[in-house]
Amino acid sequence: MFSAGAESLLHQAREIQDEELKKFCSRISKLLQAEDLGPDTLDSLQRLFLIVSATKYSRRLEKTCVDLLQATLGLSACPEQLQVLCAAILREMSPSDSLSLAWDHTQNSRQLSLVASVLLAQGDRNEEVRAVGQGVLRALESRQPEGPSLRHLLPVMAKVVVLSPGTLQEDQATLLSKRLVDWLRYASLQQGLPHSGSFFSTPRARQPGPITEVDGAVATDFFTVLSTGHRFTEDQWLNVQAFSMLRAWLLHSGPEGPGTLDTDDRSEQEGSTLSVISATSSASRLLPPRERLREVAFEYCQRLIEQSNRRALRKGDSDLQKACLVEAVLVLDVLCRQDPSFLYRSLSCLKALHGRVRVDPASVRVLLPLAHFFLSHGEAAAVDSEAVYQHLFTRIPAEQFHSPMLAFEFIQFCRDNLHLFSGHLSTLRLSFPNLFKFLAWNSPPLTSEFVALLPALVDAGTAQEMLHALLDLPCLTAVLDLQLRSAPAASERPLWDTSLRAPSCLEAFRDPQFQALFQYLLRPKASGATERLAPLHQLLQPMAGCARVAQCAQAVPTLLQAFFSAVTQVADGSLINQLALLLLGRSDSLYPAPGYTARVHSVLSSQFLALCTLKPSLVVELARDLLEFLGSVNGLCSRASLVTSVVWAIGEYLSVTYDRRCTVEQINKFFEALEALLFEVTQCRPSADLPRCPPQVVTVLMTTLTKLASRSQDLIPRASLLLSKMRTLAQSPATSSTHSKEGAEAIRTRATELLTLLKMPSVAQFVLTPSTEVCSPRYHRDANTALPLALRTVSRLVEREAGLLPG
Amino acid sequence: MVHAFLIHTLRAPNTEDTGLCRVLYSCVFGAEKSPDDPRPHGAERDRLLRKEQILAVARQVESMCRLQQQASGRPPMDLQPQSSDEQVPLHEAPRGAFRLAAENPFQEPRTVVWLGVLSLGFALVLDAHENLLLAEGTLRLLTRLLLDHLRLLAPSTSLLLRADRIEGILTRFLPHGQLLFLNDQFVQVLEKEFSAAWPR
Repeated sequence: MFSAGAESLLHQAREIQDEELKKFCSRISKLLQAEDLGPDTLDSLQRLFLIVSATKYSRRLEKTCVDLLQATLGLSACPEQLQVLCAAILREMSPSDSLSLAWDHTQNSRQLSLVASVLLAQGDRNEEVRAVGQGVLRALESRQPEGPSLRHLLPVMAKVVVLSPGTLQEDQATLLSKRLVDWLRYASLQQGLPHSGSFFSTPRARQPGPITEVDGAVATDFFTVLSTGHRFTEDQWLNVQAFSMLRAWLLHSGPEGPGTLDTDDRSEQEGSTLSVISATSSASRLLPPRERLREVAFEYCQRLIEQSNRRALRKGDSDLQKACLVEAVLVLDVLCRQDPSFLYRSLSCLKALHGRVRVDPASVRVLLPLAHFFLSHGEAAAVDSEAVYQHLFTRIPAEQFHSPMLAFEFIQFCRDNLHLFSGHLSTLRLSFPNLFKFLAWNSPPLTSEFVALLPALVDAGTAQEMLHALLDLPCLTAVLDLQLRSAPAASERPLWDTSLRAPSCLEAFRDPQFQALFQYLLRPKASGATERLAPLHQLLQPMAGCARVAQCAQAVPTLLQAFFSAVTQVADGSLINQLALLLLGRSDSLYPAPGYTARVHSVLSSQFLALCTLKPSLVVELARDLLEFLGSVNGLCSRASLVTSVVWAIGEYLSVTYDRRCTVEQINKFFEALEALLFEVTQCRPSADLPRCPPQVVTVLMTTLTKLASRSQDLIPRASLLLSKMRTLAQSPATSSTHSKEGAEAIRTRATELLTLLKMPSVAQFVLTPSTEVCSPRYHRDANTALPLALRTVSRLVEREAGLLPG
Repeated sequence: MVHAFLIHTLRAPNTEDTGLCRVLYSCVFGAEKSPDDPRPHGAERDRLLRKEQILAVARQVESMCRLQQQASGRPPMDLQPQSSDEQVPLHEAPRGAFRLAAENPFQEPRTVVWLGVLSLGFALVLDAHENLLLAEGTLRLLTRLLLDHLRLLAPSTSLLLRADRIEGILTRFLPHGQLLFLNDQFVQVLEKEFSAAWPR
């Protein structure tokens, strides 16, 4: 446990000075030179390991010490503990230029494995990976087929092949394939002998028994990882390791690269697979090694699938059965990709497996690789994949959203197989309410996954429903929690938040009056219609303090950004309008989680502007709705960011330049509405309930009013009056209670600049409503043409001229 | 295959944050190829990068674990177990998985599977498309072995000066990062072998 003692130990290890370290190293060197391999050395080496590993900066160790560490690895009669520590220290130092380890055939395989671990940690600067690979192969070749300790070397081979595929030559890969075939298929079916019988034991007692299956029956066929016994022979160990590395070997051992077909004419077999019955087992012995390995791999997987049907006596074995099923499906997928003639045989086996697995909730994770298999080989297989997806997307998320590992794997499955979904993309897209259940319950790990997945899920037809669903995501979290509470599954521990009691919410969940709304929220598929969930917001408010709901609420702004950047790619003009309206409409109807409203408003206001930039004419087209929005804003200050954006957008885009349909009446109507709004804002006194209105709202209102006035010049006198009133107000002492000093100053300055501008109407029009030629994207980013600078320049010009001009 | 295994501290979720997340042990199996960088990079820089990658993973696991604990409403983890004989039910320990995108922090995209027990976090950094059921099972097994053989539940033991045992367990149960399909009996045999080589 991490106590204060441990913390100080770490601190010491990090802070040790070079001098002290030098002394320590020479002490260790003396011990190692004297070949003192006792507890003192062990203790010192443990300390040295801590010193080297505790800091991320490299430690300079004495050369003699490092050399002796390397030499100790090669000693033949050294306790394993010391050699393991030496290797660990050298590995922790890596990559390092001061090592001179080399592969030495005279060492036993355990030592070689340790040397390999250090060499592989060097980062392949000097082709170490290749050297290790060649070394292992030589060691494999030089030993008897039933050599005593090949099992230390096989994992090294696997690592080499994964790190550097294609590092083996064709004949070397073939050799190893042959050995793998032997280990996978012909391991002994008798249990291993005990290491030594005692003098008194009878010969009969020393007879090894047969290998058994996981349910206790005697093994019926060849040995696999699901065969058990009390002791194991060397080839049985190699069987386990060979299967463990099989998939990586099949993928990476070809010289051409991972997973490619061996010969060019394989592709023609794709069409004729269904009529091909592959060679029977006896004939397959005549196959070349790589093909033989595939055949053996196929048989092994089939056997595993059969063995997984047995009821294991131990829980560990039952867990392993499921892992074996997953691996078997993955290996079959690789085999079918490499050689389509396996497809026919695999399909019958896997369809049966699918039938078994889909009714067993404990095996749900096996469904995902199965679905992937059917997806990848769908056309050739003529499988009813639609039924597979229906089951997958409809039932599983609704029932098992609470399992973090399943949730992660499910979303990975969606992400990784997007390119295969082509015909079934609509199934995926319509299932978004179910997918959101995973997200609502497990938001921290899945948020980034969904940000990547959203572009594929977003569709013009369901966009509005999805936006509502995203805004109500914290609600969904709360309702899922209630669902678990009201119908507890028979699991060991409660899955809901046990620190929160919400009796009123639970009652509401069971109340028939609200059933329709709750069922709508929990729907598995997009329904095409939207329901107002505002009543639920109030009912579920007590659950806002639930940590899971709060975590979900924190994730929503990010998801909204991702949603909008995806939807703007596919939205046409009318959808953009609808989204803008939705945005405004929902802004006062959000789940009351602490801080949620403010964060969402901030995103919605920037997205509203983005929509306007994409389609400026939306301001004119939605003029009536915008007027309604401005007129009905009570609690203006609580939606300040959104109001600011809307007002700015009006000022920017309500002009003939952006939409020829913009009429003078519209401009006048907006002017009146904004004027009224400005009065309301300036009259409101901050109180305990109402937050102080930010000065940006005032300045943006003034600027917009000026812009409108510059377009409909009859309004200029009204605007000027308004602005001078605002200027006076900003200077008055009463304002200091509503705005800060900087705020009041900003208002006063802006009012002055705008007033000055209005004195020259044509200039005002040019500055405030530039034509499209002037309005290149640089306009807002170029410091030389930014509006505030233009205003200031004009003000200064006018003031200078004011002395010369009359009145 | 497994790219790295690490053990780090987990701080209790609802208490004040004092101190940092510390990596108590890490083992990287093989090394990522150095990025195609025109600048000559010293061995030291690569090592620094490796250490920082591991620390980044540890921090992320810690925050995921903390968030999961908070979300489930359980009380903050006990830093001291009730007694050293108590079996920690690993099937109920907080656990999860998340993906790391390419270049962030590892060059290749990777998946992390983690498990939190008392105040220690155990994590496996895997290649992108691994058998997660097997990885989970292996992580649970490693955690159980480490808790038993290092007697981590006893009040004042630390794993800082016991790296040899951790290495011994890893060489047998996760050799060179290879996930093994070990049924119960194989595990027992291996464990006996380990206990013989490392007497308590």
